[in-house]
Amino acid sequence: MVASSALGSTLGSTLGSTQVEQYNYDIVRKFTIMALVWGVLGMTAGVYIASELAWPFLNFDIAEITFGRLRPVHTTLVIFGFGGSALFATSYYVVQRTCQTRLFSDGMANFTFWGWNLSVGLAAISYMFGYTQAREYAEMVWPIDLLIAVTWVVYLVIYVMTLRKRSQPHIYVANWFFIAFILATALLHIFNNMAVPVHMFSLESYSLHAGVQDAMTQWWYGHNAVGFFLTAAFLGMMYYFIPKQVGRPVYSYRLSIIHFWALIFLYMWVGGHHLHWTALPDWTSTLAAGFSILLLMPSWGGMINGIMTLSGAWDKLRSDPIIRFMVVSLSFYGMSTFEGPLMSLKSVNALSHYTDWTVGHVHSGALGWVAMISFGSFYHLIPRLWGTKMYSEALIFAHFWLATIGIVLYITALWVAGIGQGLLLRAFDEYGNLAYTFIETVSFLHQPYVIRAFGGALFLTGTLLMGYNTVMTIRKAKKEQSEIDAKVAAKLANA
Amino acid sequence: MDLNDIRSWYTVVLFAVFIGIVLWAWSGSTKRRFHDASQLPFNEVEHPLDSSEDNKKGDHHE
Repeated sequence: MVASSALGSTLGSTLGSTQVEQYNYDIVRKFTIMALVWGVLGMTAGVYIASELAWPFLNFDIAEITFGRLRPVHTTLVIFGFGGSALFATSYYVVQRTCQTRLFSDGMANFTFWGWNLSVGLAAISYMFGYTQAREYAEMVWPIDLLIAVTWVVYLVIYVMTLRKRSQPHIYVANWFFIAFILATALLHIFNNMAVPVHMFSLESYSLHAGVQDAMTQWWYGHNAVGFFLTAAFLGMMYYFIPKQVGRPVYSYRLSIIHFWALIFLYMWVGGHHLHWTALPDWTSTLAAGFSILLLMPSWGGMINGIMTLSGAWDKLRSDPIIRFMVVSLSFYGMSTFEGPLMSLKSVNALSHYTDWTVGHVHSGALGWVAMISFGSFYHLIPRLWGTKMYSEALIFAHFWLATIGIVLYITALWVAGIGQGLLLRAFDEYGNLAYTFIETVSFLHQPYVIRAFGGALFLTGTLLMGYNTVMTIRKAKKEQSEIDAKVAAKLANA
Repeated sequence: MDLNDIRSWYTVVLFAVFIGIVLWAWSGSTKRRFHDASQLPFNEVEHPLDSSEDNKKGDHHE
């Protein structure tokens, strides 16, 4: 162990000092660190607003920290800050290693780093001060939208140009998922955010779309952000890091190709299921529900493909906490892609929509799938990026249990909250009047909200442990490096 | 022709393309190509950390 890590550092130092690294890992390291920073901040905001719902006095009557303003801060920091940075990091790593070529341009890669992090930071600050265009998951005001658009196009150029200069004949399937994510996100971001500013120096703007088309555009964007940003891209992660960590190729490459194309052809249709029982024409939302049901097949095909990659290596689940993160993430991917089609049915949606069931569903995908596969991939990645081993494996196990128990508490609490709330809201007495007042449905939510906040706090604690473990790993790597440098210097002096 | 007719036909064309992709993926001709591609994560220049055991080429699945 000691010998191999010493070898790693020596190799790292000779490469680092005498020549340019074969791959651009610097950009991967920067995005990895920012993913953890945004993750901690965003999850802290999440726990705080969950606590505000349980104990409303936590507003302290300060406008900037009320639920309405902090909620987009939370979603933006976790989806775009944590998730987005994790995707930049892993996609830049995977494309270089599977194409065996260096990134197209270091300067452009750095531009995406600053452009992306500046966008996320500015967005969070602007929401707290009340600047929003009130489109869910796209609340950024128009100047930030422009910055994101430019950053994203540069990302696309880097990715395509890197693929073009690959030294391998094939493009590995993970890159297909990443490229689909980058293309689709560009398309979604630009069309959803088409707006006319009130005047040149105003942060306010009007959407170019109107009425129900505006709502449909919003949810075409919203659900495809789920489909391409939070699903396809993290599947790219899954298709690289699971085979790598297990040491076996993906169970069926053929199935991964079908998985990819089926997601591409199906996801674009399903946004309408967010608008059941609204002004949206009935056929549109029925069609969306139909395609949502069809999506179950590729989703489960992909989940089975990931899990079967482990067959023959199941024993590693006992000893390798990283593989545990990966298996749990796939289980939640399967579970939330089963729950989603169920909730897209009009009859179920009549109960679940506008309740906390929706919020629970999103979090089983976002915490269970997106965050867990990212944690697993990062624990694989971090030691390799800094040329050492993780500081503590025990802390990885602790993180795994805190995160898993946290998610389970979170989503079960919100099943109770959402289904209960839905049933209370539509209960009638024998005279046909509503059986419960609105405030009765609100006070019912208190207990599930407390449990949800507790579950979220457990999840956040796990992420904090990961942050500590990462900081200590980087310190350890630096110490090992300087010891080796000293030895080399001493030898040179003697010789 | 109405724009909506074009939209309908476009949907049918996309469906046909998808069926074509499935048939292509399942045809024997892709076997070698997919096998080679599936090995890409293991053909890379090794990290010092990856022990040879982790990186042995896994020809376990087709």
